[in-house]
Amino acid sequence: MGAQIHGTLEFNAEKRKDIRFSEEALKEIEKIKSRYPQGKQKSALIPVLHIAQAENDGWLSPEVMDYVASLLNIQPIEVFEVASFYTMFNLKPVGKCVIEVCRTSSCWLLGAEDIIKYIEKKLGIKEGQTTPDGMFTLKTVECLGSCGTAPVMQVGASYHENLTFEKVDKILDKYRAEGRRRNYTDLDYENTK
Amino acid sequence: MKVTIDGIEIDVPKGTTILQAARMIGKKVAPPAMCYYSKLKTTGGYCRTCIVKVTKASAQNPNPIPKPVASCRTEVADGMEVQNFTSQEVIEARKGVVEFLLINHPLDCPICDQAGECKLQDLGYEHGSAKTRYEFKRREYEMIDIGDKIKLHMNRCILCYRCVKLCDQLTDKRVHGVIHRGDAAEISTYIKNVIDNDFSGNVIDVCPVGALTDRTFRFKQRVWFTKPVDAKRNCDKCSGKVRLWLKGEEVLRVTARMDEWGEVEDFICNACRFEKKRKSDWTIEGPSKIDRHSVISQNHYEHLNELKVKAMKQQKALGFMPFDKRP
Amino acid sequence: MGRKLLLAHENVPGIDRLDVYRAHGGYASVEKALKSMKPEDVVEEVKKSGLRGRGGAGFPTGLKWSFLAKPEGVPRYLVCNADESEPGTFKDRYLMEKIPHSLIEGMIVSSYALGSNTSYIYIRGEYFYVSRILEKAIQEAYEAGWLGKNILGTDYSLDLYVQVGAGAYICGEETALIESLEGKRGNPRIKPPFPAVAGLWGCPTVVNNVETIAAVAPIINMGGEEYAKIGIGKSTGTKLISASGHINKPGVYEIELGLPVEEFIYSDQYCGGIRNGKKLKAVVAGGSSVPILPADLILKTAKGEPRLMTYESLFDGGFQSGTMLGSGGFIVMDEDTSIVKNLWNFTRFYHHESCGQCSPCREGTGWMEKILHKFLEGTANLSDIDLLWDIQSKIEGKTICPLGDAAAWPVASAIRHFKQEFEEIAKSKKFKDVSHYERLHKPAMA
Ligand SMILES: Cc1cc2nc3c(=O)[nH]c(=O)nc-3n(C[C@H](O)[C@H](O)[C@H](O)COP(=O)(O)O)c2cc1C
Ligand code: SF4
Ligand code: FES
Ligand code: FES
Repeated sequence: MGAQIHGTLEFNAEKRKDIRFSEEALKEIEKIKSRYPQGKQKSALIPVLHIAQAENDGWLSPEVMDYVASLLNIQPIEVFEVASFYTMFNLKPVGKCVIEVCRTSSCWLLGAEDIIKYIEKKLGIKEGQTTPDGMFTLKTVECLGSCGTAPVMQVGASYHENLTFEKVDKILDKYRAEGRRRNYTDLDYENTK
Repeated sequence: MKVTIDGIEIDVPKGTTILQAARMIGKKVAPPAMCYYSKLKTTGGYCRTCIVKVTKASAQNPNPIPKPVASCRTEVADGMEVQNFTSQEVIEARKGVVEFLLINHPLDCPICDQAGECKLQDLGYEHGSAKTRYEFKRREYEMIDIGDKIKLHMNRCILCYRCVKLCDQLTDKRVHGVIHRGDAAEISTYIKNVIDNDFSGNVIDVCPVGALTDRTFRFKQRVWFTKPVDAKRNCDKCSGKVRLWLKGEEVLRVTARMDEWGEVEDFICNACRFEKKRKSDWTIEGPSKIDRHSVISQNHYEHLNELKVKAMKQQKALGFMPFDKRP
Repeated sequence: MGRKLLLAHENVPGIDRLDVYRAHGGYASVEKALKSMKPEDVVEEVKKSGLRGRGGAGFPTGLKWSFLAKPEGVPRYLVCNADESEPGTFKDRYLMEKIPHSLIEGMIVSSYALGSNTSYIYIRGEYFYVSRILEKAIQEAYEAGWLGKNILGTDYSLDLYVQVGAGAYICGEETALIESLEGKRGNPRIKPPFPAVAGLWGCPTVVNNVETIAAVAPIINMGGEEYAKIGIGKSTGTKLISASGHINKPGVYEIELGLPVEEFIYSDQYCGGIRNGKKLKAVVAGGSSVPILPADLILKTAKGEPRLMTYESLFDGGFQSGTMLGSGGFIVMDEDTSIVKNLWNFTRFYHHESCGQCSPCREGTGWMEKILHKFLEGTANLSDIDLLWDIQSKIEGKTICPLGDAAAWPVASAIRHFKQEFEEIAKSKKFKDVSHYERLHKPAMA
């Protein structure tokens, strides 16, 4: 979740005009909309916002959300309300790989705090920040449903479990070497147990 | 359907809520309501100040309901028995709710436009405890203008959702809502925007606190220095029945008329509210009947000094710090 | 002891594929139900089985199904709750990832029983990859005629969709889940009306947990009465337990209800005892929301009887000395664990996850977190313990949904059973912490 934004964000109408999702994304959105009864297309909002985020470098700008509102024929505020409620939606630009480290119960008992500190030190950023090269953003999140293999982190669609410092090194080095953006919607997830 | 509230029985139609039934009996048993608004649909349930204890669920099921219920969203059953002010448990629980509502409230009543007609001020005075136990930094937001008519002072908002439901139900394109969640939730337009259509001004009247206020309120006056009168004009958008707040010959502010529960009688249009600021725009019907218990009426007819003492007492009761000494 | 109904084939290679699943008896319950049973018969079997909701509340599933309103001409919906966000719980993910068809099979039979022709699986957004696994399995099921129009040539048709969430624990609460599925904020609804009358898009709706729905298939296969023979009293059947924390063998275990807690913790078949030869200090037995119990009370009830893994036995002693089976998220803490710090962590979680609609939860959870943080800083006073107690008591039972209770119970139980830990900190003004990760792994911190 972003910081308190409080009704003062500038909306850029010029930017909004240029927004158009890929054909593939639009097709996917049509498919999702067909899952609900007539007139209930707003139900597609959350899945569509995931697609929108993947189409927009991993975050939801006011302009993109306005575009999403037009796709679903709802008011922009309905999109803002929803996007700001859910933690998986980024309201500010993020790095190519968003590292989400679980900080809850079992992970906490087994060293999540140290993993977070270690990543902060390794990347030279604090939680919530992005590396200057735009490669990584570090977030902490609540229980990822992987407590039996704690500590755990998620990057895009992939789960990385049973973390140690060495394992974190290996994973982050690999991501950096590949240099590509990771989204929740990726089909090629690569979990490590 | 017969329902008994604090020992008083009343016969009400099916579908009546406990709160409505209590209001039919009268002030002495009616629970305070900060989020419920009888003129708007699906309001209530959020603030929890109206909680009561159901000691007997119905004639068929004489068991108590184990947990307190929100009276504004619970329908009566035949033979139901309810305790409100006669239950120490309810009074304690309500004190807790009031404290929760106040821990992040700025307590800036000395500079708040709503002082004197703020439902939270009344609530704290009547149902709160003597002082707050909260020692942490309060939530703070910048105050912003949502267009040239309405000011939003989010610090004071209690997230009653009334303004949101009002815009959903009275206007066609809502531009503000609740964003973020938990105690970071805020009323906002998210992007810079203006709440502006024929009936949007009513958000000011339904807001129980000073979170949404009238930017056209002239010469910012404590309400108790102004004289309320009921007035009327022919309006093609609304009933044209309003309350004018006068100082001498000047119209300082126009609001809807309020009933004994502090709710508007008729919603009014923005033209009546914001644009008709000459006395000659209106036919005056007479002084407004204002509930003797409300802070406005008490203060209105009292000597200035006494008024100050009262306000100070009230602030103390709420655990205020003088505004200039706040951290 | 040790019968497996849900995870019997967990280690069969390729069991996530339809052909392998089918070869191991998969979809038999669909054939049986659609070809030889009326929907009411299916409901009746589930009632007989004594199956109770596996999502946390343990409400009898058959009874819940029988409440579903059936107005003429209005669609009914079955929604599977795959939100699984209760800290300490990861069994649904395991089941869906390993044996996705078991959920789909359960969804078909349950939808048939309820008369739902369109059903949804609402899965938490973090499980995006699991949603892909489910979608692939659903595709296979469509192609093989288990889903779609006129299944098995009967006049029953079903469409099944997966919907992802986006990060909100509260969406596990069934009415918040419905709101979220409608494309809204995950704000729990004010009840009544209950979903059985007005749920998804205002239509009658049943929301059930993944494990509950998956259990319907074996119930239909073996018959409700047979199923009810497993377990003890009103705790029938098998249950998936997610075991985590300071144990030798964390993981998902299917147990027959009635297994002694001690056996579950110490036997090599299950948790395998406490790591590094440490002693057991406390257990949170049913996901973070249930009361924490110290070692002696989790192993034996206050009356000295061995505690069993059943709804009743775990609750024996009520809030004074008992806890709950909840979602089956079994979190074990060893002797070095700081209960205070762990409690702060839980409270931070509830603070972060409160939807913010009702004032006690919105304001109270954050307040409790801030006070608990004072303990970690060593600035808390003895009076803060009383204040915490008072705040939790003013949240409990006064909120729109049970998240308020879930935030209050851990605080109440930690103070009830571990008060001296709070007092020590408040008196000494010092908080001593052992960092578990460094203790366990001794890594060289760069
Ligand atoms: C705050 C909160 C979170 C919940 N989270 C979940 C969850 O993640 N999964 C789940 O199945 N039930 C969850 N529940 C319980 C559901 O509200 C509901 O009771 C359940 O889905 C019913 O299914 P069952 O009868 O099969 O257990 C939660 C309840 C609350 C109050
Ligand atoms: S701004 Fe006023 S009316 Fe709107 S939610 Fe806040 S307190 Fe209620
Ligand atoms: S506590 Fe980290 S995955 Fe559950
Ligand atoms: S008035 Fe009933 S909960 Fe607010």
